[in-house]
Amino acid sequence: MIIKPLYVLTAAVTGMYCLCSCQPVKEYQKNRLNDAEMTLSNRRIEKEELNFQGYREGSSGANGGKTGGGCGCN
Amino acid sequence: MKRVCLTITGLVFTILAAFSQQTPRDTTAFRSRPLKLDEVNILSSYYDQTANKSAVSGGDPGPRGIGDVTDLSNGIEIKLVGWDPKGRKNTLTGGFGMDNHTAASQAYVDSSGHGKRTGTRLYPTLDWTIANDQRGTSFGIGAYYSAEHNYYHSLGLNTSFSAKTHHNGEFSGKLSGYFDHIVMIKPSELIPVDSAAVSSGGSGDSVVYITTASGRTETLNYNTGQVLSKGDKVSIPTSSRNSYSASFSFTQIINPRMQGALLVDLAYQTGYLGLPFHRVYFADSATAVVEKLPSQRVKLPVGIRLNYFLGDRIILRGYYRFYTDNWGIHSHTVSLEIPVKITPFFSVSPFYRYYVQSASRYFAPYKQHTAADEYFTSNYALSAFSGQYVGTGIRVAPPGGVLHTHLSVLELRYGHYSETTNLVSNVIALDLTFK
Repeated sequence: MIIKPLYVLTAAVTGMYCLCSCQPVKEYQKNRLNDAEMTLSNRRIEKEELNFQGYREGSSGANGGKTGGGCGCN
Repeated sequence: MKRVCLTITGLVFTILAAFSQQTPRDTTAFRSRPLKLDEVNILSSYYDQTANKSAVSGGDPGPRGIGDVTDLSNGIEIKLVGWDPKGRKNTLTGGFGMDNHTAASQAYVDSSGHGKRTGTRLYPTLDWTIANDQRGTSFGIGAYYSAEHNYYHSLGLNTSFSAKTHHNGEFSGKLSGYFDHIVMIKPSELIPVDSAAVSSGGSGDSVVYITTASGRTETLNYNTGQVLSKGDKVSIPTSSRNSYSASFSFTQIINPRMQGALLVDLAYQTGYLGLPFHRVYFADSATAVVEKLPSQRVKLPVGIRLNYFLGDRIILRGYYRFYTDNWGIHSHTVSLEIPVKITPFFSVSPFYRYYVQSASRYFAPYKQHTAADEYFTSNYALSAFSGQYVGTGIRVAPPGGVLHTHLSVLELRYGHYSETTNLVSNVIALDLTFK
């Protein structure tokens, strides 16, 4: 039950990286990649929504947020 | 002979000339710089939720199950940056946050529904990072503390590292531990009656002592329910909950417009994983009991991010996460955010997120558990449901600051969230960065 989706995900991730065939990118070509909205992590302004999603939903993690700790009492 | 003398003389002069060269002082040598204020961030947000079937009332879909919440959160973060004698960048970040909330369900910790509805949470943080730009590595440690009303307090510690690869990639890892203490505040009707305490004030009635959600002892007339006296706060036992996680990420630049990340967390929790004021009603009994959950939980979320700069104005930010744990929950999360640059310094970012999960094997709705169940909860966060989150944000970051002030970045974000459990919420957040 758990293993099957993991296989699918692993295959998808591996496939994505293989198929993308990364190009060499020089520093001067990174102006778009260095844009503040191209960041590969959650932004600070998303902190509150990550917090409530972590408590209202049964899952958490893999998003730079917490995977445990805290109460979410209310 | 003359030729030999001239040669020796020439060599001597050459050597003398060589020693006469003065080595110029290296003015380009790196000098360390002490920590200086780099930026200040102020983050405020307001959260508003309506829901029924709250876990405090055992998922009761009636009026007692009200789960309305408001939360006003304010935080400040101060970042200091400096360089040590080895040329490494040191970043020290200190933060402090405070949440003020109201929760309708909290009132029902007291079975009468008259418990205190408000609370405050305080959470200071401290992080220190050393980055070596020449080697492309960084190392960091952090500490976190949080105390919510009287319900719990939590201490968090973490350490992280990252290393860049030779092919525009970066690997990073983080180890975290959270050590929580949960105050064992039970629903008022489940607090044992102090049968030894009888006779109050000559009336002849028995008295009972209860502990309210705020940790205060009240003396009640057993027959009439009248509050006879309110005592000082008492020390209530706590239970521990420890959470450990190892987080790994690998980011890769794919081409000048695209970059992606693979994120994997492995989390392990142990201790008291329920909450002592979450009720459960069995099908064959009108009396509530406290939810009971296993003392261990293993979580495995795996996520992918992919960002693409489309043309000169549009960015596509995609995210997918698969999650599984040993309580039987599997979930999928998909989100897409599309920042559109109206000008180079002003952008609008609509976003959409879809979430779906299966139920934990320990969940059942109101009055559907039986006494034969080993573990039981009616907390709808562990039920099967789907949710949608939609909204938009704006970002203003002019080169000279907003209105030529020290305010360098202004972000505003609004989102509307709805679940198939009838939970609906709205959140608005404002983030200000001063340089």
